[in-house]
Order: sequence, then structure tokens, then C-alpha cells
Amino acid sequence: MIDALYGAIESGLIYAIMALGVYISFRILDFPDLTVDGSFVTGGAVAAVMIVGGSNPLIATLSGALAGMIAGFLTGILHTKGNINPLLAGILMMIALYSINLRIMGQPNIPMLNEVTVFTTLSSWLTGLDNVLIKPFELLGIAAYAPSTFYVLTSMFIIILIVKKLLDFFLRTEAGITLRATGDNQSMVRSFSTNTNLYIVLGMGLSNMLVALSGAMVVQYNGFADVNLGVGMIIIGLASVIIGEVLFGKDKIVRMTLAVVLGSIAYRIIYSLALQIDFLEASDMKLITALIVISALVVPNWLDKNKAKREFKKSKKLALKRQQGKEVQHASVK
Amino acid sequence: MLQLNNIHKTFYPNTPDERRALQNVSQELNSGDFVTIIGSNGAGKSTLLNMLAGSLLPDEGEVWIDGKNVTALPEEKRAKFIGRVFQNPLTGTAPGMTIEENMMISLGRTNRRSVWKGITKKTREQFREHLSTLEIGLENRLNSKVGLLSGGERQALSLLMATFTEPKILLLDEHTAALDPSKESLIINLTKDLVEKQQLTTVMVTHQMDQALELGNRLWMMDEGEIIFEADDENKQDLTVPDLLKEFENVRGKRMASDRALLAK
Repeated sequence: MIDALYGAIESGLIYAIMALGVYISFRILDFPDLTVDGSFVTGGAVAAVMIVGGSNPLIATLSGALAGMIAGFLTGILHTKGNINPLLAGILMMIALYSINLRIMGQPNIPMLNEVTVFTTLSSWLTGLDNVLIKPFELLGIAAYAPSTFYVLTSMFIIILIVKKLLDFFLRTEAGITLRATGDNQSMVRSFSTNTNLYIVLGMGLSNMLVALSGAMVVQYNGFADVNLGVGMIIIGLASVIIGEVLFGKDKIVRMTLAVVLGSIAYRIIYSLALQIDFLEASDMKLITALIVISALVVPNWLDKNKAKREFKKSKKLALKRQQGKEVQHASVK
Repeated sequence: MLQLNNIHKTFYPNTPDERRALQNVSQELNSGDFVTIIGSNGAGKSTLLNMLAGSLLPDEGEVWIDGKNVTALPEEKRAKFIGRVFQNPLTGTAPGMTIEENMMISLGRTNRRSVWKGITKKTREQFREHLSTLEIGLENRLNSKVGLLSGGERQALSLLMATFTEPKILLLDEHTAALDPSKESLIINLTKDLVEKQQLTTVMVTHQMDQALELGNRLWMMDEGEIIFEADDENKQDLTVPDLLKEFENVRGKRMASDRALLAK
């Protein structure tokens, strides 16, 4: 149980990079981008092939991210230059990427056990970390509840911190502000002499770069790459974004990116809790994901409406009381 | 500054819906000229404005701005030296972003947008200074979302954003039509101040004859794609609304079709 929780936090942090990518396309650019299902695997495929081929895992990971960025550019170009509806442009790219991913991998599944990955590299840099971080748990006498290793948690924490900080920084530069405004009011941005098509293409590239980076990390975390790894990825990303917004969201960009990261972790925790239920099987998870997204979309709306109704009733009651009070006063004056 | 040579534009040519939006429009504006354009619905006012902004290409003719032929220059390139305020207050600003971020977008009109720099203290001070000239307290709300502003406030902000980078030409597309009378006079006064202060060459489309007479040093009256009457400095000052209506009847031999134009005070 406790191991499952740490596992959930670990994968929550890894998938958070993907969720940040989905946040850029879905929320900032208002572009429902289904490329994600494909580009996630592209990132993983490129990284896996390069790592198995003996490349440096860091270079392999970054190459995977770049491949995803190119896929994002293409989706953006399909939409802006080809005038294809965003949803359709994404689906076309996703389908095309399925074949391309198989070409890259050469086989549907690449095992990567005992390969040098980003995680093993980082853990060799951080030797002795486990011995240090276990101390507080030992002092509190809860060593049994400590995670078996801190390496993945620590390295993912560092990576996600860097990604989040960079993204926060970029979104507040002039170019970042323009990117956000493009999703908010495109014709306004164009009237201030800006090529909005360029910004959409760049934004899609950035979004899918993060998605592919996440895919590359997941492959190394899981120890294998699979061509079907990306199925339903967009919904998982969306679930993270929406849960994050509902539970932790605030207006400011810095808070929003944090909320997305926390949302991703929250999703993984819900997911692993659901898996603890005997009745449910791993194959039910897509259904559960869909249900999580639906409830995250519907429940807040529903709560708001109920709240408004309650307040309306309350104010009516108050008004009635006040009126009665006045009548009483009136009568006593008479 | 601005030159229009024999502009023609026909929508849906050779179909039953054919509509001649602009016919043989040739005009010239000097630097600092402020022209108001009136006319009933479908007279071609907006088509003319869109042609200047670059969102429409003419079938025939040329548009020259500041000695350059810009006829084929796309909208976003032309926007470098054209400021524009739209009829709908929602069009000119980004609602989900703060006032200072909106100002930043408009500041980026003239220079390349930086990937490294955000809003610095200096630019923020600059924004505050410009916003304070509006005298509606926006300078104290730099971090408020623009979506929370009222229609009048948003339009005032749009106007400021369109002008404070000193464009060569300012286009106003019935920019008070969606506002209530008190906000309308606020925006009209702001327009007057901003244009006067920066000596902007301005083209303003309006439905309201009194507005057209009050503002600017020139006036064009349009009907069915043609400029049928124009008045410059001296003769514009003495014009009244009944004069304009009479002029229209004289030229066209019919009454002005728009109720809105008649009803306007």
C-alpha cells in the first residue's frame, strides 16, 4: 500500500511533464490536441532506440523530446497552413505517428532492462543519497514506511522543478505573453502586428516537446518501450490538468503550472487507490480515467449551481424575516 | 500620408448576390488629418476600413501609406503602423490576461517580441503613466484581468493600446456603438484628446451624424460604395445634421435609409 503511494508520486511527477504539455495546448492555446497520444510514444521510441544503441541517456531523452517537438510543429502547420480543424489535425497526426513510431522502434516492444538510463545516471551522481534521506524516517521510527529508494523521487523532483521554472519563466516573457494572448483573443493579437500562426505552431511544438520528454522518461522508468504506450494519454493529461485546476488552481501562471503538477500526482494516487480495490482490474483503468475526468468536469459546476441556489434561498428567507420584523414594528407603532 | 487610388471591390461577383461594396474610391489624407465617414448600413464604410487595415484585398486600385504601396501587404504586417479599435469592446483586448499583459502585447507592435524579457519595472511605470491619462483609475489595476472590466473601460483600454505606440494611421470602426451614452461621451472625449495630442492621422467610421460633425477636420459621406459628399475644414465647421440629410437627398434623390442615423440626436 505504502509502496503503491510512493510509486504513484513517482509516476505522477513523470507524467506531470506530459500534463504541462497538455496544459499548453488545451488551456493556453485552446487547441484540443490529440497528437499527444502519438508524440508521447515518439519520445519514448526515440529514447529507447538510442539507449539500447548505446547513446548517452541524457542525449537520448532530449532527442526524444525534439522528435515530439517536430510532430507538434507539423500538427500546428496542418491547422494553420492547411486550415484543418484542430481536432482533426491532431487525430491525423496521431494516426500517422503510430506507423512512424513502429518504424522508429522496428518492433512493437523494446525491452530496456539493465540499460543505463537517466535514472541510473542520476543515482550514480547522487550516491549515498538513500542513506541520508532515510535518516529522518529512522529517527521518527517509521523506517518501514520509507520508500525503498529515493533516487527516482529525487531526480524526478529536480527535473520537474527545472521544467516548471523554465515554463513559468517563458510564459511571462514577451513571447510567452503573446502566446497566451493568441489562445485568448487571436484577432486582437493579429491586430497588433503579430503572426499568430507562427505562435500557434511554436506553441504546439513546445507542448508536444514536453509530452515526448515525458514519454522518454516513462520508457526509462518502466524499463520498456511499447508502441501502444500512448493510448488514452491525452485523457490522462486532461484529467491531470482538470483535477489540478479544481483542487489547486489559481489565476496566476505560476500557480497554474504548480496545480497541473499536483493534479498529475493526485490523478496517480486516485488511480493506484482504485487499483487496490479487488473488484477492479488493470484493464478497467481507462474506464476509471474517463469517469475521473467526467466527474472533475461535472462536479464543480454542479456544486457551484447548488451553492448559488442555497444562497438565493437564504437571501429570500432573510428578506422575508426583515419584512416580518418591519410589520411587527409597524403594528407596535400603531 | 494615406492615398487611395481607384479602389473597387465587389462581393460575390457574377452571382445574384453581387454587391458593389466600393466603386472608384480615390482619396488622399494628409498627415494629421482626421476624417469621419458616415453612411447607412451597407454603404461600404466598413469595407473601406477593412481595405485600409489589410483584412480585405481590393479588386482594383491601390492603397498607399506614407509613400509605400501597401495594397498587398497582409494585415499583421500592416498593423505595424496601423492602430485599430473595433466596434465590439471584446475584440480589442484579451479578457483572460491582465491589463499590463494586454499593454505589453500592444507595445510589441513596433519591436520584435523578446524571448528573454518579460514586463520590467520600467515598462510597468510607462504603462501606469499612459493608463493614468485615461483618468478612469486603470493605472491602479495593472494586475486585474481585462475580462473583469466594463465595456467602457475595455474600450478606453483598446483606444489607448491602439494609440500609445504612435501608429501612422488610426482606424476607428464605430468604436462607441456598443456603449451607453455616458460611456460614449467618455470614449469620444478620449479619442479627441489622444488624436490631438499625437497628431494622429485618423479614419473614423460612425453611424451618428453629430459625432461625425463634432470630431475631425474632414468628413466623407458614403452610399452604395461611393463617396457622395465630402467636406473639409472650413465648410465642415458650419455643417449641421439637417444639412447633411439635405445633401444626401440632393445627391441621391432619395431619403437617407438608416433610422439609426436619423434618430441619432
